[in-house]
Amino acid sequence: MSSAKAVTDASFGTDVLTANKPVIVDFWAEWCGPCRMLSPILDDIAAQYSDKVDVVKVNVDENPAIAAQYGITSIPAVYVFQDGKVAATSIGAKPKQVLEQEFAAFLK
Amino acid sequence: MSTANPVATDGAAAGDVREVIIVGSGPSGYTAAVYAARANLKPLLIAGSVTAGGELMNTTDVENFPGFPEGIMGPDLMANFEKQAARFGTEILFEDVTEVTLDGDIKTVTIGTGETFRARAIIISTGSAYRELGLPDEKRLSGRGVSWCATCDGFFFKGQDIAVVGGGDSALEEALFLTKFASSVTVVHRRDSLRASKIMQERALAHEKIRFAWDSEVAAIRGEDKVTGLVLRNTKDGSESELNVTGVFVAIGNDPRTDLVRGQLELTEEGTIAVLGRTSKTSLPGVFAAGDVIDPTYRQAITASGSGCVAAVDVEHYLADLGDSVSTAAEVPTPPAEAVSEHAAL
Repeated sequence: MSSAKAVTDASFGTDVLTANKPVIVDFWAEWCGPCRMLSPILDDIAAQYSDKVDVVKVNVDENPAIAAQYGITSIPAVYVFQDGKVAATSIGAKPKQVLEQEFAAFLK
Repeated sequence: MSTANPVATDGAAAGDVREVIIVGSGPSGYTAAVYAARANLKPLLIAGSVTAGGELMNTTDVENFPGFPEGIMGPDLMANFEKQAARFGTEILFEDVTEVTLDGDIKTVTIGTGETFRARAIIISTGSAYRELGLPDEKRLSGRGVSWCATCDGFFFKGQDIAVVGGGDSALEEALFLTKFASSVTVVHRRDSLRASKIMQERALAHEKIRFAWDSEVAAIRGEDKVTGLVLRNTKDGSESELNVTGVFVAIGNDPRTDLVRGQLELTEEGTIAVLGRTSKTSLPGVFAAGDVIDPTYRQAITASGSGCVAAVDVEHYLADLGDSVSTAAEVPTPPAEAVSEHAAL
């Protein structure tokens, strides 16, 4: 499975909202097929851009509060947080090159 | 002819030109790979990075694929397909094809990283993509209550009232699946009867959580930050009504995914890739197509699978014919032009 750090309802504040770098958050669940396809792509992005962004994942099954707080109704949902706020979102499993374009501002 | 006669499979003479590249990894792509690999054609299958496995990856129980009397989960079936293709030596690449060049004797395929691959034959099995309602608010509310994947998103609608748009098997399958979470599921359908198979109709019509809005289409999706309801329009008298739902799952069919080949291959009026009769032969020699991308009618896993087999056999024959030409033309790696046109005329 993924090497991205698992973030919980309890650790979301520290790991995401008060992080120094932009944080890419992958909202996922075990039963979501496209989430499984997306996971290795986000691992790739994490490795390639480790000096620019953190990549973490939130299991929505185990952490419903955070998913509900951000109004998530479709997964995979990839949110970029910067300075504690949602800076960009991307819904659905997309190829690496597409995500790199959508999130270009945070990967430079 | 039933035996493979591949052209220059080893040594420097082959260069980097492969026998066959398969684009797409649904039932048709993987079945083509199994047959091509067993024919010793060493296929390269480009599966897609996030679309690998195709449409069945988003389904749950597949009950009508023969050989699985108790049914099988869609993703498990596709994992089996992949294993079977790999077992006979298919090279599988989880990348996305961004461009193909199909004319000429050697076909070129470019993937998202910019890398290119070349082959004497190519099988296009890119399947189909979900059809959208085409409403202005659909995109904006996608991920905010509008969904195309019940297995992914049903979980978020626990105890809520939701709608499914469509009247085919996939619409009813989604509706039945969503009853596990939702308190009610309204199926919105343009007609007064369903296209779906009898067994799915009976299950849905009998389900206490499923209601039907007959002769109805979605005129608008309501909601600012998230879906709060639908405006339904009666297809017979044009009258409009409100349906209060927090989620809408769209299952109104699929369109063949032909973006890659548009302008290069002939398409049919239905938008599928045109093939010759019962074969997989497209309008260009050496280019074959299989699965939902050529099928406006049946569109089942098993018909896609059969179609993939047809394509692999067609490729095998095509390459064997090239091989016959090459063997008389000594070291020329590409076939003489007349061999190709002669084949195309068959």
